[in-house]
Amino acid sequence: MVLTLLKSLMLVGVLLGCVAYAVLVERRVVARIQTRMGPNRVGFGILSTLPIIGRLFGFLRYWKFSGLGQPIADGIKLFLKEDIEPANAYRWPYRLAPIISILPVVMGFAVIPFGPDIELLGRNVKLHVASLRLDILYLLALGSLGTYGVILAGWSSNSKYSLLGSLRATAQLISYELPLGLALLSAVIYTKTISLGEAVEFQLANGWLIFSQPLAFLIVAVAALAEANRSPFDLPEAESELVAGYFTEYSGMRMALFFLGEYMHLFLAGSLITALFLGGWSVPFFGAAPWWLGVISFCVKVGAFLFICMWTRSTLPRLRYDHLMHFSWKGLIPLAAINLVATAVWAALL
Amino acid sequence: MTRFAEGARIAQSSYHIESIDSDSTKMILQMGPQHPSTHGVLRIEVELDGEIVKGLRPHVGYLHRCAEKLGERGRYTHAIPHTDRLDYLAAMTQNLAVCEAIESLLKLEIPLRVKILRVLLCELQRIASHQVWLGTHMLDLGAITPFWYCFEDRDMIQDLFEEASGARLTYSYIRVGGFCNPPPPRFYDWVRELLERMPKRIDMYEALLTKNPILIERLRGVGKISGKDAIAYGLSGPVLRASGVEWDLRVTEPYAAYDLIVPRIMTREEGDCYARYLVRFDEMRESLRLCGIALDMLREADGSWTAENDLVVPPPKEDIYNDMAAMIRHWIIGIRGFKVPPGEVYRAVETPRGELGVFLVSDGSENPYRIHYRSPCFVSLGALEKMAYGGFFSDLVAIIGSLDVVLGEIDR
Repeated sequence: MVLTLLKSLMLVGVLLGCVAYAVLVERRVVARIQTRMGPNRVGFGILSTLPIIGRLFGFLRYWKFSGLGQPIADGIKLFLKEDIEPANAYRWPYRLAPIISILPVVMGFAVIPFGPDIELLGRNVKLHVASLRLDILYLLALGSLGTYGVILAGWSSNSKYSLLGSLRATAQLISYELPLGLALLSAVIYTKTISLGEAVEFQLANGWLIFSQPLAFLIVAVAALAEANRSPFDLPEAESELVAGYFTEYSGMRMALFFLGEYMHLFLAGSLITALFLGGWSVPFFGAAPWWLGVISFCVKVGAFLFICMWTRSTLPRLRYDHLMHFSWKGLIPLAAINLVATAVWAALL
Repeated sequence: MTRFAEGARIAQSSYHIESIDSDSTKMILQMGPQHPSTHGVLRIEVELDGEIVKGLRPHVGYLHRCAEKLGERGRYTHAIPHTDRLDYLAAMTQNLAVCEAIESLLKLEIPLRVKILRVLLCELQRIASHQVWLGTHMLDLGAITPFWYCFEDRDMIQDLFEEASGARLTYSYIRVGGFCNPPPPRFYDWVRELLERMPKRIDMYEALLTKNPILIERLRGVGKISGKDAIAYGLSGPVLRASGVEWDLRVTEPYAAYDLIVPRIMTREEGDCYARYLVRFDEMRESLRLCGIALDMLREADGSWTAENDLVVPPPKEDIYNDMAAMIRHWIIGIRGFKVPPGEVYRAVETPRGELGVFLVSDGSENPYRIHYRSPCFVSLGALEKMAYGGFFSDLVAIIGSLDVVLGEIDR
């Protein structure tokens, strides 16, 4: 009980830190792709303004740490911003929507296995918060819940851009849950387990799933991008069409919650893909790796996925609404279905 | 409810969902004037049925700065700086348009060298303007990266213009009878450098964008307008040529030295956004070719940098500082201006956006009696509803981008 509490606290803390710095990394990476510098000015000089102990940090004023203080500065800025509620908004749904949209994503991390079981003080500690053994089902269920935050935000803001954005988002999230579910199902049939930890164990024995289920991997990767509203599927918040989509009317920390939720969604998608297709904590060419190397390997794989997302974002134009739907219903879903049937037949024959 | 609050509610009502007419499925969306992809301060009242555009009304005038009236209030030369601010992405061609009009009223003989340099400047300006179009158009479609690369290239052209005129955006470089000063010797080498660099950059954009399936899906078949309709709406420039009409003022009614440096007219048949996209790319390549020819001709040409008319053209700067008569002439031209014989004239030039016409009426005094600018973007905005009707809301954004509107020129 205490251990679970400790683990969840650690998870949320590390996750928030990771997201804050992922934003910085994204800004720097995209800037580099676009021949700009990106944020590289903010260090930790603000510590020197603290009373009394500030003198100890005086030297920090002159070091810029290539913008490493930027997430902290942004966070402080967002907390101090005025929280604006439109006069015509439906108050309680409007206030609840950001929380509803971030909650399922954070809950999803409970079942992600970050590493193998370890021995700590004579106890067997698992590197995931909840031993549910229904991990994939749980993640799919939470993914559907995420839609509610978006719908509520768009409807309760009582603004047309928000409404259009949330309609788009709803249609998109529902359409892309199907190929995601179908592709995950073929992976489940292949590994004969619905638990992520066991899927990793399976891959440790039989090689990564990306090689044996490449089509499922591609479909999951694309659908995950769409589920997380990432470019080129960022129609719900297409800033050149809908200003900011469903969170047009939000400001300050509430807007930041949407951003955090979206980023964590991407992290979650990366973690799921890593655990299910990229061998989780297994280290290539390194049979029995120590547990800490496994955790690092997991993080590196998630990082690689995030980097590819950033790369895509800075390269591709945005899809149009109807093309997006066609792509899912006429492209991904039949492909995923064929893949599922083929996997099922293969499993039955064996 | 107080009267004030009620007024605020009415003012907001067009923006909020409650204003949706319950009998109809249509929703009126106010797009702009501070919308990210209306290229400035355009406001469009869009009637939407779901995501389908069922009608739209563009509202212009948010950037109205009385450019015509201000031009009439000053002397003839004072109209030139106002033209910089019409189409602020292609100031050089605007300068040329108004100077051509004044010169033709004065029946001024322009030296060949001046004409060729004007062609060179206008073609460079066309490339710079198309670079901004490419960047912003792609930004509208959600591809953010090309924007920075395009602005890098445009910056090189701006460096050139800064070298010549001292300004990066509002040049006022072309003057009545010549230029504000001859270009510095470095200028030619920089142009040569630019001409070597630019084709590679354009190839790079094409490699990244032209064959991109998402881009083709977003642009092909979107915002179609037939050649006949395009003529009926009075469209001009790349928008007209993309509908298959061979009409380019540089060829059909040559001005400056375009009778010597003849451009090929770039046309496409489809008349959709993708055709406009390709036409603009072709034009950039063609402009580079013209720049090369103009540069070679400029190397050989010599003679005066100004027209021979002491009443209109101020003397060179060295004379102004060293010769009393020249200084007095400079003063008089600057302050009192020059008289223009009575009459009226319409001169049009092919700007990167189409036909910019200057209608000038002179009553024989030092001030123009009437100046009117015929703006290509204003006209093409009129055809917006025709193009966007029945399409998606995201198509509307793509169409606005492909028309390449500049609000400074529309509102004047």
